[in-house]
Amino acid sequence: MNGSQIIVEALRRHGVDYLFGYPGGACMPIFDALVDAPEIKIVLVRHEQGGTHMADGYARATGKPGVVLVTSGPGATNTVTGLLTAQMDSVPMVVLTGQTITPNLGKDAFQEADVFGVTMPVVKHSYLVREVNDLPRVMNEAFHLATSGRPGPVLVDLPKDVVSAECEADFTDEFHLPGYAPPARGLTEDLEKAAELISSSKKPLLYVGAGAVIAQASKQVIGLAEKLQAPVTTTLLGKGAFPETHTLSVGMLGMHGTAYANKTVVDCDLIMAIGARWDDRITGKVSEFCRDATKIHIDVDPAEFGKIIDPDVSIAGDAKLVLEDLIPLVSKLDSQPWLKQIEKWKKKYPLKFPKRGGLRAQQVLKEMDRLTDSKAIISTDVGQHQMWTAQFCKTNEERKWLSSGGAGTMGYGLPSAIGAQLGCPDELVVAVVGDGGFQMTMPELATAAIHKLPIKILIINNRYLGMVRQWQELFFDNRESGVDMMGNPDFVKIGEAYGIKGFRLRRTGDITKVLKRALDYNDGPCIIEAEVVKGDNVFPMIPAGAAVADMIIEEPPSGKKLEKPVGST
Amino acid sequence: MNESSNGKGFSVSLFVNNKPGVLVRIAQTFARRGYNIDSLVVSNAHDARFSRITVVFQGDHENVDQILRQLNKLIDVVHAIQHGSETSVDREMALFKVEVQPEKRGEVFQVIDVFRAKTVDITDESIIIETTGSSSKIDALERMLSSVGLLEMVRSGKLMMARGLEPT
Repeated sequence: MNGSQIIVEALRRHGVDYLFGYPGGACMPIFDALVDAPEIKIVLVRHEQGGTHMADGYARATGKPGVVLVTSGPGATNTVTGLLTAQMDSVPMVVLTGQTITPNLGKDAFQEADVFGVTMPVVKHSYLVREVNDLPRVMNEAFHLATSGRPGPVLVDLPKDVVSAECEADFTDEFHLPGYAPPARGLTEDLEKAAELISSSKKPLLYVGAGAVIAQASKQVIGLAEKLQAPVTTTLLGKGAFPETHTLSVGMLGMHGTAYANKTVVDCDLIMAIGARWDDRITGKVSEFCRDATKIHIDVDPAEFGKIIDPDVSIAGDAKLVLEDLIPLVSKLDSQPWLKQIEKWKKKYPLKFPKRGGLRAQQVLKEMDRLTDSKAIISTDVGQHQMWTAQFCKTNEERKWLSSGGAGTMGYGLPSAIGAQLGCPDELVVAVVGDGGFQMTMPELATAAIHKLPIKILIINNRYLGMVRQWQELFFDNRESGVDMMGNPDFVKIGEAYGIKGFRLRRTGDITKVLKRALDYNDGPCIIEAEVVKGDNVFPMIPAGAAVADMIIEEPPSGKKLEKPVGST
Repeated sequence: MNESSNGKGFSVSLFVNNKPGVLVRIAQTFARRGYNIDSLVVSNAHDARFSRITVVFQGDHENVDQILRQLNKLIDVVHAIQHGSETSVDREMALFKVEVQPEKRGEVFQVIDVFRAKTVDITDESIIIETTGSSSKIDALERMLSSVGLLEMVRSGKLMMARGLEPT
């Protein structure tokens, strides 16, 4: 077999069914070898960034690694945003990039880019393969690294002469990864120490992140919460690790989390992070975050311990395995007064939005949640609509919430929904996007149409880059700058041009009718363009860098000037 | 300035895969967090599949653990360990070029003698001096030679080995 056939054989051995690709000169031998492997279906994307987000959405929805194949130079550099997105959110991906022939490396050859160098800070690991006989081992290592421990993207740069050469090695070579040993079960002494700290808590809080989703620890999180009688909050990416309709759920915490989740954070006497990393969207001002609360941190990546918060006890391990071992060590807590207090907050500070004055995104999303019984796989783009979707669309199961959290990548929503629908053909997939982000990867409508994927693409169109406009209104004296999406196309007509069904939604009274029609349409993708009011803001809100206690629960009186945030973004 | 002269430096020894790109990943780990590397020594280990790296850098005390964790997280790093002077032996080598006329050599030779350094090159106008020792000894020699016409200094950077059976 030559190198390209080895690569295809490796894909087959790792059970790859879809490959998100875009060909070019340097990767032609690999595309050629794929002709003989019809079980690996090539999804021809319209831009490499879209391809990486499809692989990402596929991976988040299925738990299997997403695979991308692109050519050298610009083909490879176009994957950088997708790599960052996957790296920040710990998504398993294997990205194969074509490369110029080895004698040309470093000589500015046509379509040569130092992709190994360019991508180094945004991958879990990477390879530049210079010797064909390394290929079987490298491909095996790439899949192993992408999917084990804290998952992430692995890039394999493949010079054309290497993948064209005859390979004598087979797949029996052992890994050479002496520096890689991710933890599995927690240490007994750490578990016992955690159990002891938990036992004296009267106001506990479980703070659950993407690590619990990745480890599929939902059952254990529920088990622990119910046994302790502890409330549970999830991060944006932790949505689904604990049912949001459960009585112990306080929903999402952080910058645009629920008021009652954030009040729970402020008042708790113990906070236990389960696969969450104390992100700045969560902590606000770190020095004031849960200052007097005991902190326990469970993470599969020990580099997260002490990065932001110094925990009282840290447990290195897989969230599911750690919780399995922890549950027998704990017992029910005296938390009834605490739970009653939380119930009061829930009643006093529910999520709310103005019902008059035009079509409201929140209302549309709430109705979408109701009509789909909170069971759809939902992908989002980034911005106001993302936060509203997180607030109003409840997630009750793992792997049903796909959103770019760490990187905040606009353009993520549509392609990730495509990947998710390919990976989960029997699930209902809804892409909620804003008019800004949608246009960044809009050409992937073609990809959705070709494969007749019945994705519901709900465009929340406020003709603004709304989140930035919100900040300008609140913190920059309403001086709008570069946020008016003047020149937006007619999205329904755009859909028609691709042969995609479109629905317009303009009036509040039509929400149920239009959404029902869209949900009933399954002959390929459809667009629902919701023309919502222009100036809505997302609340609650903790200004970046402010303390959680300084949350703004609802729209301040107009004209009230707020202090400029000190946090980064 | 050198780490031992102001006492704020940290020394880390790394055992890593010996292949292209590893050094870049390590350097990026420091650069991304704004740490400047004072000295860096890289060479093959006894087992040539691996390399040994000694890094001396300046940083905040509370962030050193974080740097170690981030270094250990790199797939190509087998281990990264911080060593102090009690738990390790360290050495550095330096070459000094001094501009000195034959009639003034005596003064320089006295310094060389006190520091147990060696003269490895001599011309009518200059001497090259070689020395090995702790970084602080080399700092001290540098200060002495500065007053007698030091032209150039080249230092190897710090080498380190853990004492006893502890791994380096």
